Amino acid sequence: MSMYSLYLLVPLAPLAGSLLAGLLGKKLGRNGSHWVTTLGVAISFLASILIAQDVFAGHSFNGTVYTWLTTQNVSLVVGFLIDPLTVTMMLVVTFVSLMVHIYTIGYMHEDPGYQRFFSYISLFTFSMLMLVMSNNFLQLFFGWEAVGLVSYLLIGFWYTRPTAIYANLKAFLVNRVGDMGFLLGIGLILAHFGSLDYATVFQRAPLLVHDTLSLTGGTSVSLMTLVCVLLFIGAMGKSAQMPLHVWLPDSMEGPTPISALIHAATMVTAGIFMVSRMSPLFELSETARVVVLVIGASTALFMAFLGIIQTDIKRVVAYSTLSQLGYMTVALGVSAYPIAIFHLGTHAFFKALLFLGAGSVIHAMHHEQDMRHMGGLRKYMPITYVTALVGSLALAGIPPFAGFFSKDAIIEAVRASHIPGADYAAFAVLAGVFVTAFYSFRMLFMTFHGKPRMDHHTQEHLHESPAVITIPLVLLAIPSVITGYLYMEPMVIGHYFGDAIQVLPGHGGLEEMRAHWQGVGEFIQEGVLSLPFWLALAGIASAAALYLKWTHIPALIQQRLSGLYTVLDNKYYFDRFNEVFFAGGARCLGTGLWNVGDIKVIDGWLVNGSANLIGRFSQRLRRVQTGFIYHYAFIMIFGVFILMSLWFVKA
Amino acid sequence: MTFATPNLVPAYPEIFLLVALGAILLFDLFVAETSRFLTYAYTQLALLATAGFLVLGATGSVLTTFNGMFIDDPMARTLKLVGVVAVALTLAYSRAYNQQRGLYRGEFYALILFALLGIMVMISANHFLTLYLGLELLSLSLCALIALQRDSARATEAAMKYFVLAALASGLLLYGMSMLYGATGSLNLGLVANAISSGAADPAILVFGLVFVVAGLAFKLGVVPFHMWVPDVYEGSPTAVTLFVSTAPKVAAFAFFMRMLGGALSPMVADWQSMLVIVAMLSMLVGNVTAIAQTNIKRMLAYSTISHMGFLLLGILSGSVGGFAAAMFYVVAYVLMSLGGFGLILLLSRDGFEADQLEDLKGLNKRSPWYAFMMLLIMISMAGVPVSVGFFAKLAVLSAVLDAGMTWLVVYAVLMSLIGAFYYLRVIKIMYMDEPLQTEPLVAETDHRILMVLNAMAILLLGVLPQPLFDLCTISITHSFHG
Repeated sequence: MSMYSLYLLVPLAPLAGSLLAGLLGKKLGRNGSHWVTTLGVAISFLASILIAQDVFAGHSFNGTVYTWLTTQNVSLVVGFLIDPLTVTMMLVVTFVSLMVHIYTIGYMHEDPGYQRFFSYISLFTFSMLMLVMSNNFLQLFFGWEAVGLVSYLLIGFWYTRPTAIYANLKAFLVNRVGDMGFLLGIGLILAHFGSLDYATVFQRAPLLVHDTLSLTGGTSVSLMTLVCVLLFIGAMGKSAQMPLHVWLPDSMEGPTPISALIHAATMVTAGIFMVSRMSPLFELSETARVVVLVIGASTALFMAFLGIIQTDIKRVVAYSTLSQLGYMTVALGVSAYPIAIFHLGTHAFFKALLFLGAGSVIHAMHHEQDMRHMGGLRKYMPITYVTALVGSLALAGIPPFAGFFSKDAIIEAVRASHIPGADYAAFAVLAGVFVTAFYSFRMLFMTFHGKPRMDHHTQEHLHESPAVITIPLVLLAIPSVITGYLYMEPMVIGHYFGDAIQVLPGHGGLEEMRAHWQGVGEFIQEGVLSLPFWLALAGIASAAALYLKWTHIPALIQQRLSGLYTVLDNKYYFDRFNEVFFAGGARCLGTGLWNVGDIKVIDGWLVNGSANLIGRFSQRLRRVQTGFIYHYAFIMIFGVFILMSLWFVKA
Repeated sequence: MTFATPNLVPAYPEIFLLVALGAILLFDLFVAETSRFLTYAYTQLALLATAGFLVLGATGSVLTTFNGMFIDDPMARTLKLVGVVAVALTLAYSRAYNQQRGLYRGEFYALILFALLGIMVMISANHFLTLYLGLELLSLSLCALIALQRDSARATEAAMKYFVLAALASGLLLYGMSMLYGATGSLNLGLVANAISSGAADPAILVFGLVFVVAGLAFKLGVVPFHMWVPDVYEGSPTAVTLFVSTAPKVAAFAFFMRMLGGALSPMVADWQSMLVIVAMLSMLVGNVTAIAQTNIKRMLAYSTISHMGFLLLGILSGSVGGFAAAMFYVVAYVLMSLGGFGLILLLSRDGFEADQLEDLKGLNKRSPWYAFMMLLIMISMAGVPVSVGFFAKLAVLSAVLDAGMTWLVVYAVLMSLIGAFYYLRVIKIMYMDEPLQTEPLVAETDHRILMVLNAMAILLLGVLPQPLFDLCTISITHSFHG
């Protein structure tokens, strides 16, 4: 099989699975549906491995698969760009997707929408692969919107729940804001670069560095900055950066497997991937990178705080996802794109693991998600416990787990950077380490340790989840341990990405890290002696103290610091602001336009007014038809007279 | 004076139709009242054979015979075929209706075939006298058809009106023709055109004649201000006859316009163009606006026809081959829609009950969703909504007008069709949203049902794939007028 057909196979196998399960789900039955979709994703994963071997043997690919239409100067095509960055994403996406497919067989087995769910997640895999494999902005946008659509469908999967419908509407609307920016950015690129093809755009970019766009009022703005900021607004929507993060916590209304797949491991990292892919553009605008850095740092720290007070197990993981996405964005801001992708990869594994672990707990607890009603599950669910512990250690950044390497690399890159805002970012990511360790172990302790707090009935039925659920947990736990150690050196220090990612000389801390690199062993040693590690340990220790030993203290703190607690509990009032200002404002505007514009002007004046006029005219004209033959003859003769006289008047 | 035997080949379809017609008249005398179906079947067979002659005898070239009085060209073949198909459908749709109303007689079929013969002669006329001959044959047969229900006062009144006004129009036309003859010294269309282009004729007399000829033509087409007969005749005639009046004769009138204005008077395009602009604008206005006030569906469709004919004139008045082709497309589309519309009204009528009020369509969707859907297709096509043949018909004539440089006229026409959309959509609203007044299910003959479905589907199909029909019209016009 040629490589070209392998490239095609990767996205098409899940698509075929999705169509089969979606359209013929009733005929295939439950087993048939999960087999075709899982098989499709498995084929896709195996093909990705083969492609990865080929790419790392030095064979990249950039070509058109299908030309959709060509106009005078723009051609819209479907094309693939297969390089190290792409295959990394392909591997992560297909592997996590495969794990989630298997896991879903166990998790959703009682759900009436079983086939529909499999169809959706396979469709998601297809869309995400189209997004990462694209070689042009059009296909990128297609994938971007397609994953957004599937995300919308899956958040509202249980469409009879009002909260789920509210959440998916919210996700959809917030993403509209980001997509608007993204689309404007693509539009600017098309207008000024004259192409939608990545390679062409990147090639022309250096020539346009000094171009400016004049705005109203005599001010002007750098073209490159505007393009990058607009593209980043798209990334903010999809990757849930402040202030467009509000949809992600609510998206937990969807079934847990998709929280793992879409809202933790893959789709939400599309923004990170996109910015890395656009590194040749972002490298040309420092202003844009400062924006990226500040927004990322704020998200990393402030969203971590919110994780501390959550009681819903999935929401804790959701806020930790927000915070970790902030870390990746920080890495982008300091031009450490390889580190961002590195963290993206490790995070995908341990976050998917944590979500699926949480799902396993929820499954065992009969869909109870409140941690205040859990506790002591360690005894009943040993595999889930161990894997969750691995995930938490990785998230907290304890060596030698994967998260330690990627997170430490980010912190070092930020410290070494001299871009404006780097000091603020350095503080945010350091403080974030403590908070992260605290909330992740708070979750672990509240769920698995201490005395059981669930009711008697639930406790009696507690047992470890079936193999289809625990096997993916174990399979995800393995990369959560080893990928950091294995890929630190090639990805961050070596030339793993080749030409896929461009970093201009003098940008960011990556250069310094490479200069001082002495090996992975040294890196661990240094890490253990440095501040972040001790902050993480302090976080774990505090969590242990508050939630294992002196369990009455958290309530006390909550009472004393009620002001702060209220702010956190209301998530910094983002939702409130959006509801009052945007939703309320829009409704107010809508009502106004409806009353004045629609009812008065359009209905009253234009529609009914003109209709009345015509109607009255019609009644008049009707009377002309008298029924008398001499009237008719007269009108005919008169018509001849008029035609005749008109001609003679003209002459 | 010598009489050479003329070449009869180009006129075979007409000759055959005449012979078959005589045979049917005779045959019907010997057919019992109960087996009238035989007459019907023979008529349909005769039509089928005529169509066969038309298709098989088509040469694609322009031939004249009878000393240049008769012309056979691609446009004539195509239009005659449309006329024959329209008559065949008319007969099929009206069979059950006629049976219930004492119209199931040999005269009905004979008269319709005479009218068709008149139509075919008009289409192939290349001489003022042939044109007039065809016209009178059509008019008198129509008059008799309208009055066929002798004891119906309304039908007799309609026939009376039609007869008097048609006589007036014929007078106008003949007067105009005599003027043209006086100015050019010829009755042959080609020779008239040559005489006018040579500049020898007196322009004042020519224009004088032109005005009268246009008036006579406008009467046949039923456009404002020569339209007054249309609503009364449509309403007063038995619906079967209305169906006929509103379809095939329009094809003949179109051919009449083409022969006179596109052929004989083509050098005077600047003069007749401005006349047609006025007539077309008035037709679209009066037709569309007055239709809104109608409660009788036959009258509503009569006004709708008036506005459609205004649109048809738009294609002719642009004076280009493209415009002529667009107008031809329009007339074919119109015939299809009109057949469907009246065919459905016939279907709704029952013994002793004329479904001619808009109210009778109330809740049709509940009684028969399938027929309601077909009426929906016909209505959206008449309104010119996309994915229907009516849309492309309007688009074609409007783009021809645009090419002729009269943008303001296009804007006016679009506004008028916007007003027109109101009453077409009201029919849909009545069918789909109102409660039915009657609950009886619709009964229809199998052939009527099948043809009805084919008719409505043709409207839809030609709306999706209009190109073949459009190509046919373009080829017919180009070969007949510039080849």
